[in-house]
Amino acid sequence: MLYILPWALGFLIFQAIPMLWSLLCGFTDFHLFRGVNRVGLTNYIQIFHDSEVLHAIGLTLRYASISVLLRLGAAMLAALLLCRTLRGIRLYRTLYYLPSILGGSTAAAVLWKAMFRDHGIVNSLLNAARLPTVSWLSDSHAALWVIILLRVWEFGAPMLMFLAALQGIPEDLSDAAKLDGAGAIRCFFHVRLPMISSIVFYHLMLGFCTALQEFSAPFIITNGGPRGSTTLFSLLLYRSAFTENEMGYASALAWVLFLLSAGCSVIFMLLRRRLVYDPDEEGAI
Amino acid sequence: MNKPARASMLRHIVLILGAIIMIYPLLWLISATFRSNSEIFSSTSILPLRPVLDGWRRAFTYYGGQISLYKALRNTYLIAIPKVLLTLISVTLTAYGFARFSFKGKKILTALLFATLFLPRTVLYVPQFLLFHKLGWIDSPLYLPLIAPAALAEDTVLIVTLIQFFRNIPRSYDEAAQLDGCNSLQTLIHILIPLLRPVLISVGVLQLFWTVNDYMGPLLYVKTPARYPISVYIKLSMDADSGFAWNRVLAVCCIAMLPQILVYFLAQRFMTPETGGIKE
Repeated sequence: MLYILPWALGFLIFQAIPMLWSLLCGFTDFHLFRGVNRVGLTNYIQIFHDSEVLHAIGLTLRYASISVLLRLGAAMLAALLLCRTLRGIRLYRTLYYLPSILGGSTAAAVLWKAMFRDHGIVNSLLNAARLPTVSWLSDSHAALWVIILLRVWEFGAPMLMFLAALQGIPEDLSDAAKLDGAGAIRCFFHVRLPMISSIVFYHLMLGFCTALQEFSAPFIITNGGPRGSTTLFSLLLYRSAFTENEMGYASALAWVLFLLSAGCSVIFMLLRRRLVYDPDEEGAI
Repeated sequence: MNKPARASMLRHIVLILGAIIMIYPLLWLISATFRSNSEIFSSTSILPLRPVLDGWRRAFTYYGGQISLYKALRNTYLIAIPKVLLTLISVTLTAYGFARFSFKGKKILTALLFATLFLPRTVLYVPQFLLFHKLGWIDSPLYLPLIAPAALAEDTVLIVTLIQFFRNIPRSYDEAAQLDGCNSLQTLIHILIPLLRPVLISVGVLQLFWTVNDYMGPLLYVKTPARYPISVYIKLSMDADSGFAWNRVLAVCCIAMLPQILVYFLAQRFMTPETGGIKE
């Protein structure tokens, strides 16, 4: 049909063809300012022998899991608190959503960097509360958490989705559970969470795949340091492609990330069958 | 106090505490722009002890390159406005096609559409860079690498969301319009788009925020400093001033955030709560 032509063309020109072409580039030593030679699997062999790459893969997976779980947890908590009528509910919703529109910006990353400096406000507050201070940006155990906290801060988007889903659950279901003597917590885990599991799972998967591509926050706040503790995969990719201009190697790296995220998606889809209750199959995703 | 009243009181307390935590960084940002540089990193009070306008005044001065805060803001919206308009057109057409028509290969194409939803964009940066390099679009004064993909419905999340909203409109509306002699494009323009107005506003606003926030795109495709948008400009000013004039850098951040906050509050009235959640 004519109407999907823009997307179909865009998919071909800007996604499918470049991807296939970079697949070919991955088997060459293509350098932006030097020639091209076919090198077979050399790039891929090099990738899997490079301890930096392997470390980055592990780090990225860890970052994605932690940040997504915390972010969705915060979103669910806020949605549960907001889902019954309460005075000033619109104001709360607005305030909780506000960081989501700003959080992805360079400005927010710079703000974070200022807040988490050694003498920044976070440490001053910890000090005032008589808690031990942390040198957030130079401690290799803490730096990743600075970035995770920035992403957890913007939980507004999934919160709104969960809120809409929770409000769509028929009242009598939880009433029935309460009659059967279930407390609020059991009622949540056995009745309400299964009812909205499809939307929660969708956000889990989408959030995870998005977190795999995290670039701007570690690039701006820590530039991968200290000692490589925030060098996520995308930073490595950026360096080899755009500072070293090693397009062949970078193409191979991009394909590794592609396969990694495709693999994760497949695992998620398999888990979905077991974990998600679908009231109507048609409405899935 | 009876039990429900106590429970709602408790919820208010938790919500207010949460709201303070959420908003605190922004309040601190605003107050830090009015502090002297030595005070930013020494005081925990929320209000500046000795307010100065130094940071704000200096935020507007040149760093000495070809780029200033005004120019960076102008560049940002030179990218964002065409991108939002093109996105709205292309995404609406595509979603309409998927939601209302059946055609050959629809199943496969739908599967592809959903698959690209989960494709990390970082994967595409190298291949797309090579393409734009070949086309000679790098550092194009029209920001072609940033805008052109939007004209061809690059943001799958928006398409998928719109498809859902199209499906929620009963088909009888289309049929009635067709009985009155509308062709399919007229049906879309006269019947469906007015019904979808709040969703389309949300989609436009979201694309605006994404574009303004985008850092990696301009980093790769804009090479001339005079053409930098605000996201790159902020990083530049941080690197230039790091350790010295934080109040100036934070004032720049504050100015960069203002239009977004303004747009958000203006658009909020028209947006449906559900669509605010499309984001990653």
